[in-house]
Amino acid sequence: MKLELRGITKRFPGVVANDAVDLVIEEGEIHGLLGENGAGKSTLMNILYGLYTADEGEVLIDGEPVTFAGPGDAIDAGIGMVHQHFMLVPVFTVAENITLGVEHTKGLGLLDRRSAEAEVHRLSEEFGLPVDPHAVVEDLPVGVQQRVEILKALHREARLLILDEPTAVLTPQETEDLFRAMRSLKESGRSIVFISHKLKEHKAIVDRISVLRRGRIVGTADPATTSEQELANLMVGRPVGLTVDKADRETGEAVLAVRGITVLDARGKPAVDGVDLDVHRGEIVAIAGVEGNGQTELVRAITGLDPVAGGTIELLGRDVTAFGRKELLRAGVGHIPEDRNREGIVGDFTVAENLVLPMWDAAPFAERGRRRFGAIAEVAEREVDDFDIRTPSIHTTAGSLSGGNAQKVVVAREFARPLDLLVAAQPTRGVDVGSIEYIHRRIVDKRNEGAAVVIVSSELDEVLALADRVAVMFHGRLVGPFPMPVSREAVGLLMAGATPDEAMGATR
Amino acid sequence: MTTATPPDLDRRNRRFGIFALVLAAIAGAVFATGTAGVATTFQLNDVFGEPAYATLPAVVVPVAPTALFLALVIAGVGLYQAVRGFGDRATIVISVLLGLFVLAFLVWAARGQQLQVLALLRGTMRAAVPLALGALSGVLCERAGVINIAIEGQFLAAAFTAALVSSATGSPWLGLVGGILAGGLVGALLAVLSIRYRADQIVVGVVLIVLATGVTSFLTSQLLVPNPGLNAPDRFGAVTVPVLGDIPLIGPLLFRHSVTVYLMLLAVVVVQIALFRTRWGLRLRAVGEHPKAADTVGIRVLATRYRAVILGGMVAGIGGAYFTLDAAGQFSREMSGGRGFIALAAMLVGRYSPAGALGAALIFGFADALSTSLQILNVGIPSTLLLTAPYVVTILVVAGLVGRLRMPAADGQPYVKE
Repeated sequence: MKLELRGITKRFPGVVANDAVDLVIEEGEIHGLLGENGAGKSTLMNILYGLYTADEGEVLIDGEPVTFAGPGDAIDAGIGMVHQHFMLVPVFTVAENITLGVEHTKGLGLLDRRSAEAEVHRLSEEFGLPVDPHAVVEDLPVGVQQRVEILKALHREARLLILDEPTAVLTPQETEDLFRAMRSLKESGRSIVFISHKLKEHKAIVDRISVLRRGRIVGTADPATTSEQELANLMVGRPVGLTVDKADRETGEAVLAVRGITVLDARGKPAVDGVDLDVHRGEIVAIAGVEGNGQTELVRAITGLDPVAGGTIELLGRDVTAFGRKELLRAGVGHIPEDRNREGIVGDFTVAENLVLPMWDAAPFAERGRRRFGAIAEVAEREVDDFDIRTPSIHTTAGSLSGGNAQKVVVAREFARPLDLLVAAQPTRGVDVGSIEYIHRRIVDKRNEGAAVVIVSSELDEVLALADRVAVMFHGRLVGPFPMPVSREAVGLLMAGATPDEAMGATR
Repeated sequence: MTTATPPDLDRRNRRFGIFALVLAAIAGAVFATGTAGVATTFQLNDVFGEPAYATLPAVVVPVAPTALFLALVIAGVGLYQAVRGFGDRATIVISVLLGLFVLAFLVWAARGQQLQVLALLRGTMRAAVPLALGALSGVLCERAGVINIAIEGQFLAAAFTAALVSSATGSPWLGLVGGILAGGLVGALLAVLSIRYRADQIVVGVVLIVLATGVTSFLTSQLLVPNPGLNAPDRFGAVTVPVLGDIPLIGPLLFRHSVTVYLMLLAVVVVQIALFRTRWGLRLRAVGEHPKAADTVGIRVLATRYRAVILGGMVAGIGGAYFTLDAAGQFSREMSGGRGFIALAAMLVGRYSPAGALGAALIFGFADALSTSLQILNVGIPSTLLLTAPYVVTILVVAGLVGRLRMPAADGQPYVKE
């Protein structure tokens, strides 16, 4: 199917999310949609899927104008969407999920399970997307759940599929499987809109790229002839550095020494299972891994948020296993948490208050039980300048800042103190390319000043760009760290559970 | 889903095993001693009505040897459980052991007398009617994602209306319809407040109970007391199912009841099939588990919830009508006596499934009927204490069996379209 958007405009109070967007998706084309967070990609796709109504403009399918009052209309028109957060009922089987809304029945509304399962089996064979129709969705790995989502759209006879950040949750190997399925869908004449902020993936799979910036299409590019650098510049609107300049540096004494720590999850099972890790002054150890393999729990234990069930943690030779959060922070540990809105900032507090949060009750911000607003404002003004935080004023609430600027508040707060150890979890998640560049540079600066740095990231690019040594977490165990260079493929294999020998051997 | 880790399982095995040994000790020490030479008679026939069928001989058992034997069985199985464990079947094993313990207790309690077994079991069935129907109401609402703790209020509204309509028209059937509509009305209030206005569903439930209690009490004193004719409903009589009703034991147990008992059994079967085998049920459960997913495939989330909650209220309405059209024959203030909450417990113990809810309702109904039987036997326990049996059993079962309960994922969460 050929889909055309003409002059689509969507305004929300105070912002124009889509500004006269024109977009053509040809039949049998994989069309990449590239843009920073907040560029208007999701809004545009939600309009296409009938979840929002455009204020202006029209949608044409095969030359005919159409209007969608809801997702039901879009589905009927042959549009399928694989949401970033899967729209699957966890306790239902694969077949139940795929047929939900268009159930197979045998009169009286009784479900015809056999027919539904046969249909799922047929679809799964036809498109090379292997699934077990009887399996319960919550028991399946994320990659398989995604296949179920795609099959769900295909079962509704989707001729155009929207894949919203489909690779964000996948291992590199699963991503390869997805790309293979996308190619076979394309061969069957279906069109695909592929949304991702990963430049490499656009280069690898799409036929044409449309770049969205501040609600406008700022360019359409041919991935074969356009470099990643050009795409990034187009997306951000100014030249950006994609690589991190990082000079070699001698490492010093061990700052962090983790010995055999085990952390239990809410159900009492080990989420972190006997992890050892040494991090020295002047080095960045990056921990890669698909999310949910224990990285979150490891970071929470190291930064004093959760107790450990076994093992010890030493900071500069001192046993800090039993230290609480406050003691750790004041002992020279900085932490950039992975969920900044929940743990990084207090959204209802002002930028200034957030900037002095770890020291709010100590001099110079408080004396004899009274807060010193002058001192707070002075430091806040300086940090807003130093860290290039774009905020109307230091008295603006932190919750109203954009993702990148909110993250800069966290970075500024943690970096303004002298640190021996910096632990940064997903430091650039949901942050635009311009801010990523900036945050990466500050992290390298901190390492150059002699701090020991631990980065946890599910973005392989980030891991490879920053690491002096790289480790991978899989099922609660830590593999490595290995000194760089380690190949992208090897890290990918380790993330999927390969042994170091297999991973290094396969790529040698 | 969750498989217990070995240390967990060990601890659970030991706990269950020790519990069984305690039961065995009580059975051996209390029930089997001081009763030498005394026997208990279990009467299996219908002592009411003239049975047209062959009568069964009464079962006479000596108290001490029987209690001792049961104690030894419980102890043996309990010991095996503590040492080796029955794994996944432990809960079933414990339930059976509890059943044996209750049997030992009955043998002891009725020593030297006749225990009317059939009356006890028929009483269980009848007591289970409002409990199972109330639990079904809860299942329907919560599977669709709306918490319904207002069952007690639905009972009271329905019981009152059924009494009034039946008295005025002389037809218990019209009374039943009135009760269903009243239950549905309370359900509709719950639906509007929690779905449209997104009020806290627990608070709304409590408010509706208070409202139903207040309104029915007020109308009782203002309307029913001055006009006794309006509180003298025609009741449902017993209907004997031809042929089946003449089978010994089974006949009077299952097929010689009033319409409400049959309606309850029918409702359990219908809802069980509808929820798990039909398109309607699949969509209803999808709405309660992941409303956004349901929405994106074109299922109307709010409409589905409205229908489920109102239907639930109507089902509870049948249970409410039971109180005035079957059990009591007149309305009195707060006559449901907290059974709406026991129904809620039955829903939880039955793990949000109609069949499970019926099972739980029968357990709680048995406790209810047992307290009546024990009063008749005059076992030397104060009757006020005996009347607490259903509530005590509810607490024990909910605390012991519910354990890791998995609610519908979106239960209690209002759905807001983006």
